[in-house]
Formats: sequence, C-alpha cells, structure tokens
Amino acid sequence: MSHFGSYEERIKNFSWTLAEKELDFADGHPVNIGWYCSDRICRQGKAAKMALIWEGLGGVEKRYTYNDVRLASNTIGAFLRSLGVKSGDRVCLFMDKIPELYIGFLGILKIGAIAQPLFSAFGDESLYIRLADAETGTIMTQRKHLSKVRKIIGQMPYLKHIIVVDYDGRKPLQDREVAFSLEAADPVEKLEIAPTTAESPSVLHYTSGTTGKPKGVKHVHYSLIAQYLTAKWVLDLHDDDIYWCTADPGWVTGTSYGIIGPFSLGVTQCVTDVGFSAESWYRFIEKHRVTVWYSAPTAIRSLMKAGDELVKKFDLSSLRHLTSVGEPLNAEAVIWSERVFGLPFHDTYWQTETGSIMITNFPGMKIKPGSMGRAFPGITATVLDVDTYQPLTQPGKVGLIGIKPGWPSMMREYWKNEETYKGKFKNGWYIPGDRSSIDVDGYFWFTGRDDDIINTAGHLVSPFEVESALLGHEAVAESAVVAKPDDVNMEVVKAFVSLKPGFSASKDLELEIMNFIRKKLSPLAMPQEIEYVASLPKTRSGKIMRRLLRAREWGEEIGDTSTLENDDQ
Amino acid sequence: MNDIKDVILKYVRAEYLEEDDDEIDFDSPLISGGIVDSFSMVSLKRFLENKYSISIPDEEATPDAFDTVNKIARLVQRFIK
Repeated sequence: MSHFGSYEERIKNFSWTLAEKELDFADGHPVNIGWYCSDRICRQGKAAKMALIWEGLGGVEKRYTYNDVRLASNTIGAFLRSLGVKSGDRVCLFMDKIPELYIGFLGILKIGAIAQPLFSAFGDESLYIRLADAETGTIMTQRKHLSKVRKIIGQMPYLKHIIVVDYDGRKPLQDREVAFSLEAADPVEKLEIAPTTAESPSVLHYTSGTTGKPKGVKHVHYSLIAQYLTAKWVLDLHDDDIYWCTADPGWVTGTSYGIIGPFSLGVTQCVTDVGFSAESWYRFIEKHRVTVWYSAPTAIRSLMKAGDELVKKFDLSSLRHLTSVGEPLNAEAVIWSERVFGLPFHDTYWQTETGSIMITNFPGMKIKPGSMGRAFPGITATVLDVDTYQPLTQPGKVGLIGIKPGWPSMMREYWKNEETYKGKFKNGWYIPGDRSSIDVDGYFWFTGRDDDIINTAGHLVSPFEVESALLGHEAVAESAVVAKPDDVNMEVVKAFVSLKPGFSASKDLELEIMNFIRKKLSPLAMPQEIEYVASLPKTRSGKIMRRLLRAREWGEEIGDTSTLENDDQ
Repeated sequence: MNDIKDVILKYVRAEYLEEDDDEIDFDSPLISGGIVDSFSMVSLKRFLENKYSISIPDEEATPDAFDTVNKIARLVQRFIK
C-alpha cells in the first residue's frame, strides 16, 4: 500500500501543516535539517538502524547507523567550529560520492553554516566562478581534487580553509590546507545545534543561466517540509525500504533526495561511488536488495542499450518502485522498464530552484508514458501564454509552465542577484523556463526548454559559459554553442568555432579544444562535436544567432532571418 | 599491440588522472573505476580515431569496451587495417 493513496483524496484540503505535524515543527521554533536527519531519528528509537551503506571501488564497503551519522556529523560540525566557521558562512563540499560528503553536509547544517555542494568533476574555472560568487570561506575536498583548488587559490583571498578529508601525509600540505580524518577523529557526542529557524539559509546550489554567470540558488531549512513529504509520497519511502538515489549531491537531486528526504524519514539508503556500467548497477541492486530506485533518463536509456538479456542475469526482484528525474522520460523507457523489471519508471519534474518535486507520476496512479504526470498536492501549476503569462485553458495547448509561489522548498533568492531572481516571476507565477501542455486529465506533457540552456544527461549547461571558456583557447576567435540531439543524453554540447589567423582546422585541434573545455569547465560542458566555420551567423547588431544554428542541428524550421547580417550564412 | 597499450596508458595518465590519483595499469578499471566518465569517453574515442586513423562505430564504443587499457587496445586493433 503506497503512502500516497488516491490523488483526489490527497488534493482535498491539502495543507503543508500535515508534514509540519509529522515533523513536530511549530512556527517560530528552531528547525535544523542536520538535526532532523540524524539526532531526531535516533530519538525515535532508530539509533542502531542502518542509515548509509556506501560502496567504493574494489567492493570496499562502509556502513553507518543513524547513531554513527549523528556522531560523525557532530564531529565534522565541531571541527568546522574549531576553525572558526560560523552560522551563515559558506562551506563548499567538493568531493566524489564518499561518506564525508553525505555526513559533512549534515555537519555543516548543524552549525548553521550554508552547504555549497559542487560537482567534483568541475574544472578549475567552473569551481572558481562558483566559489568567488559565494565568497566561500571553507572547502572540504579530497587529495585528488586539490590540484584544481591550488590553481585558483591565489584569486580567492576569502577562502580561509581547505580541508583535506583523506590526507595521507605523503606530500606536504600547502597554504591554508588542513587535514581532517573522520575515522581518526574523536567522535563528538554532544554538539550544540545552531538555533536555525525556518528561513535560515541551508543550501546554496549553483545552476547555469542562459547568459551571465551561474546562479547561486539559496534554500532554507524550511525546505525540509516539502522534501520530507515528497520523499514519502512520491518516492513512497517506507521504514523497511532500501533506497538508492543515483544522483550526485553536487546537484540538487543528490541533496534533496539523496540526503534530506531519505534521512529525515529514517530510511536506509545505499550509495555507490563506482562509475556507471549496466552490469555493476544491476549487481548493486541485487547485492543490497534495493527496493526503491531514483535514477535518471540518461542512465535508463544506457541500461536499455545494454539489452534485456543482461537484466535476466540478476535477481532484481527486490525492486518495488522506480522513479526518474533530470530530463523528460521518454515513453519507450517507461514501456521498457515495465517489460524488463515488471515496474514502470515514474517521471518526476522539478528543478534546482523548486527544491522539491512539483509535477509527477504518483505511485498507484495511471501512468501515461511520456507524460510528466500531475501537480503535487499544494502545488498550483499550469501552462501560461508565452506573451501575456495568462493561464491557458485549452487542453493540449503548449505554453510556459508556471507555478504559484509559496511552497516550502522554493528558493529564497539567487545569491547576490536580485534582478535575475525577480525576472523569474511573471504575472504572479514562478517560471521554471520549460514549455509544456496539459491534457484533459490534468497530465503535463513536456515539449522543451524556453531558452538556450542545454540539458545534457539531466544537467544544465550554459552555452554562454562554454563560449566564454572557448575564447580562452589560443586558436578560437569566435564561437557559438548549442544543444545537439543525442539518443542517450537527450542533448549534448556542440560548438561552432571560427579560428584566429594562423590556425588551421584539424581533427587534432578539435580534440585539443574538447579537452581544454573538459578540464576548465567539466566533462558535461565539453563539446562532443566541434564544427569549424569561417564566420558565425549574426544579427545586424552583431549578436550571434544561436537559434539558427540550433534549428539546423534539430532539423527545425529556421524561422525569421530578417535580422541576419549576411543571408548567405 | 604493446605499443598501442603504452600509447593509451600514457594518454589516459596525462589527460584523465587527477594529480593524486592512484597509479593505473593495463587492467585498471577506467570507466567503472570513475577515472573516465561517459562524457570524457568521447574525447578518448576521438583521440584513438585521430591517432590510428580509424573510425570506431558508436555501438562498439561501450563503457565495457573502454573499461581497461587492455580492452581498448583490443578494440583499436580490430579497426586498424
């Protein structure tokens, strides 16, 4: 029996106070996500229950009970305090999916500091832009990522502490670096939890923008209310579940549903820090008897490619509920999963700014393959006319998704960027930037982004950021970056490049530029294809017409080219 | 064959290993070991195609076929005329 039950019953008289009551939250009282995800679970008599089962390369396994998580997060919190980290300070987590990432996140929140998780595959420039914007004072990282931090440390006078969580003593630490070992540290039994309240900042996630720098999305401790309830109703997490969220906490799914949701419910979760292969994933599910699985369309399509026969080699009978996030889940993937696992993947729609699931296919609800599902109770979502921002009433008509502001996990601001934040609201609606239609039954059907942002494997990449980085390469005179369709990743980055005099187009130069971006920004941002052009199509005012290049890639109508500088292009 | 393996190992070390990563050999898991992710695999494939003037079909460039230097070398060998 699912927690959710009937959609019609749930939306009747829905109020977020339902979750507040379950969490014993009272307005004006302290609320601290770090405490809720560890100490509170122990107080409920689950101290000995397994919280986190972590698996690394070579089958290395570490297990943490809820009491272990409570003590370890206390220990990290106390260590940060000993360095002088205070409430409101930004502490960046720049690590692979190791236990210190999950537990450190809670430790940071416990002392009232703001957790700033960043994807560990980011290159030095991506890292620098985000740390500089937040004026981050402390970074927790691993030896393997130190070289990237060292490259940029000279530009960051506000960065006081670089905590190395796996220091082995082989090479001397450098300026501002300090070693910390969770295993060697004395466990801290009692930590004074910072008296954070509902509106105290908790997490700062960075997301890409169409133009300008990445935006720091600020969340607050009250987000817990929505993350708890959506994890319970949409992921359908029960006390005896073994849950696996495949997302990296460098991105919002990895914190909202890879840490806060399951831990606030006292559920056991598994994490693997091993790279993707269909076989290793199936083996992981079989070994840990995973019951609830939250993954992404790109991974699901990669599993489809690996074939049905591979699935039959493993006992996956423990699975009982499958969910997906990151990009639209295509109908074929839903049908495939129902055939091979006997269970359909349930698509969920939300984004960094919303903090929790907004639209989804609920457990027990009829799934229409390819649809995003229906709005979560308490969420008023619609599609709006693209010009007037008035709700569209005609079923099937495509418009901009609009969500009425006011749900608990909604972002509170873009860090130091009020103008962009205000621009996300039109006619009283929050605009996520996606287009959709709604059918007669209230199901949403995604049709595409409303901007140039590239969604590759569920991660947003800003064309502006890639174009700016490309100009850092000595051979590049000009560039335009667009999304290119891809069977597995939905979209990948493609760059059109014109070269400076003295450089000639070659395959080796293409590879050199690809690797340049991979190291500077991230593998996700690396153009998977570079097309050399003599010049780029521009408007008469000199603006590059990305729209035109994108249309060519997607085989779409080019549209109005009356402002094109040179019609021959 | 040994030459190919040496070239690939050298390239992987130079391009994909972080400074403090453990040393790798011909059988170290690259994809499943998290050293080369699926996006970076595209650049590794491109390197091999440029270096040996070959074209590796996408359906052959699977995470499993790229998981170790030994496996990659065997794949490359098949396409060298």
